[in-house]
Order: sequence, then structure tokens, then C-alpha cells
Amino acid sequence: MKVAVIKYNAGNVQSVLYALERLGTEAVLTDDLETIAKADKVIFPGQGEASTAMKYLKERNLDKLIPDLKQPFFGVCLGQQLLCEYSEENDTPCLGVFPVKVKRFIPENTFEYKVPHVGWNDIFDIKGPLLEGLEAQSFVYYVHSYYCELSDFTIAKTHYIHDFAALMNKDNFYSMQAHPEKSGLVGERILSNFLQLK
Amino acid sequence: MLTKRIIPCLDIKDGRTVKGVNFVQLRDAGDPVELAKIYSDEGADELVFLDITATVDKRKTLAELVTKVAKSINIPFTVGGGISTVEDVKVLLNAGADKISINSAAVKNPEVINEMALEFGSQCIVVAIDTRNVDGIDFVHTHGGRKPTLLKTQEWASEVCHRGAGEILLTSMDHDGTKSGFANEITAEISAMLSIPVIASGGAGNMLHFKDVFTFGKADAALAASIFHFKEIPIPSLKGYLNKEGVAVRI
Repeated sequence: MKVAVIKYNAGNVQSVLYALERLGTEAVLTDDLETIAKADKVIFPGQGEASTAMKYLKERNLDKLIPDLKQPFFGVCLGQQLLCEYSEENDTPCLGVFPVKVKRFIPENTFEYKVPHVGWNDIFDIKGPLLEGLEAQSFVYYVHSYYCELSDFTIAKTHYIHDFAALMNKDNFYSMQAHPEKSGLVGERILSNFLQLK
Repeated sequence: MLTKRIIPCLDIKDGRTVKGVNFVQLRDAGDPVELAKIYSDEGADELVFLDITATVDKRKTLAELVTKVAKSINIPFTVGGGISTVEDVKVLLNAGADKISINSAAVKNPEVINEMALEFGSQCIVVAIDTRNVDGIDFVHTHGGRKPTLLKTQEWASEVCHRGAGEILLTSMDHDGTKSGFANEITAEISAMLSIPVIASGGAGNMLHFKDVFTFGKADAALAASIFHFKEIPIPSLKGYLNKEGVAVRI
């Protein structure tokens, strides 16, 4: 199985590669369009700022390639947000795979809710093969200030200030706001479920 | 529900853990990777590695260590100690660190917080603040708490937040090492004042202290070293206790 991890200026690329390594999967880190197009699975990590990331993707024509891919595709953290149609972060049009908007958390009071949302929070209302084998209240590790709105494509929710889309799925596109590579055994299970998708 | 984080801190010198650690299952008490793995398996939510290596040329050891840690654990970790430039941060993040923490360098040149946040995002920039109460006023101290500054802790915390810090690691030098409990008052004051998470550090001695810092102290996370290293409080027991006491933790 060939797993491609999309190489761009995302902060957590190395951690994703290490997590795959722990699962016994050698992935190739690449921004080569052909290698990505031919891979059996594609992982799109992310950490950083939306407009800078989109600019980088455009410079390499990855913005054209990604929405057309047909193999199982997994967007992680900023990767999930970039798959949406628009992000409030620096007013950025994104890849448009999910007809979903990315918004900034606005806390009612800073006493109770800090932004960024940092730490372990649980996912609920889970469905689909990506989340198979997970217990009802599974904790995953978050670090983010922007979130994807709930939609028909939400396959798991998390509550912070309000409910938001923890994981999403549309056709071959899967995504997760938290960091599976940093989410202990739960994260490992999600990554390994993804690697088993047909 | 977002849970409160328990964070063991490991002091590193020349790539080895210092301060005694007392784990029977450790083959090599000085191996930070092995210790990190144990903590992560026990349910630590995050780890902090504080490099106290004195010399610059030994810094390379740290990046190598960060890579080894990143390869072997599946929870987030922060690396701090002696970090002063954007380039320092880049090296450690590329090696696999999730966050870095800066302390004295930020006091010396506050602008560096903005630069780092802009380059890497606020989420990975932790500003560590060592505070000491002098005649009723809280002042920031640097160089491991030895050197007083004229900065008032509350004002400095607010400034680093505005400059783009993603989290504050607040260590009370008055409480550190005393095992008499965290500095709940100032932790609560800063936590309530700011929009970013506050990690409380210094003074953990028993399980009640953790409950107190999460309730009265309004801390988002609590950090401790020796009580974990010497197994005075095993992490699973601590989490079980907090859960029973109604503090949300990841079990």
C-alpha cells in the first residue's frame, strides 16, 4: 500500500509520519502531483494558518489536484479546515470539498472558555468506518481556534462552547479536527481505520 | 467536555533526565524517552521537557532527543529551556516537538513572541512565566527564578497573551519545591483575566492540591515533576481521584 502524506508548510507533518511508522506504515512525504494522484491513500496534515497554507497549495497546483482525488483521503486539523469552502481565518477561500464554513470560536466569557481550544475533549454521535471500534466517550487532542460548522457530513461531534464538527466524511474524503497523531490509542485506532479503508 | 490536563515535567541535561527519578520499571533512570513512554502509557495528558543544558553546542543533543521522543510517544509534548530565536523554534518543531516554551528570552525581547507566533502559529508558543511575590506584589523573575525583573506578573501575562502566546506556563517560585500546594490565587487571577489557557506549576504535594488548582485556581492544566518521578502520586490514582471529585479528566 502506498500512503502519501502531502508535503507543505504544515507544522505537524513529522508527527504524522512518526505515528504512521508506529503503525508499521511507511509513508512518503511529497508534494509531487503524480505521486499523490497514484497513492492508495492520501493524508493531508495541517497546523498553521489558513491563508498561508492555501497560498502554498496554489503555488504547487495542489488546490486543483486535491478535490479531484478518488482514493481515501484524510485531512487532519488545518487539513480538515482547508477541505471546507471558506475559512474566517484571514478571510480565506478554501478547497471546497465540504460545503462547510470554518469559523472562529467566540467565547461568551474567557473565564470558562479559552481560545485556542487546547487539550483532550471527547467525541460523540460517532458513525462510519473511520470511527469503528471506538468507545462512546473517546478523548482526542485538540489545538485550534477555528472550527468547522456542523453539517450533513459530520460523522462525530465535540462540544466546546457549542457543538462543532469533530470529524467529517463525504465520499472518499475524511477529516478530523483533532490530532490523531497525538491522541493516544484513540488516535492510533482512527489512523489505522483510515489505512484499512477501501 | 474539555478536560483538565495533567502534565509531568522532565528536566533534561545533555540529553538525560536529571533530578532523581524513582521508577522500578525503568531500566535506565536517565533515559527521557523511556520515562516519557511510561508517563504516556500511564495517562499523562502531555509532557514538558525542560532543557537545562548550559552550553550551546550541546543543543544539538536536544533536537536528537526530541526526535526520539516524537517517534515513541503518541501524546503532545512541549520543549523549553534556552530557546531564544525563531530559528531555535524551527529546529525543535521540525524535530517533532508539538510546542516550545520560552521564558527569559521573551522578557529580554518581547517582540520575539510576535515573531514566533506569526511564523509557527500561537498554538505552539507557550510563554513560561516565573513569578515571585515581593512585599505583596507579584514580579516576573528570570533565570530559573533567580533574577528579579521590574515586570508585574499580571501585566506581563496580559502582554504575552496580546503578543500571540498560545498558553501560559505559570510557575510560582514561592511555591515551587514546597509541596504545600499550587499558587491558586495568582493562577486564578491570571486565568480569569486572559483568553488563553494557563498551566499551573510549582507546589504540588498531594492530590487535593490538584483539585484545588483546577477549582479555586481555575487552571486549565497542572504541571509537576518530583511527585510524579518519585511515584508519590501515580497518575492513574490522581486521575481517578479527580474524576471522583467532579473534575473532568481524561481517563
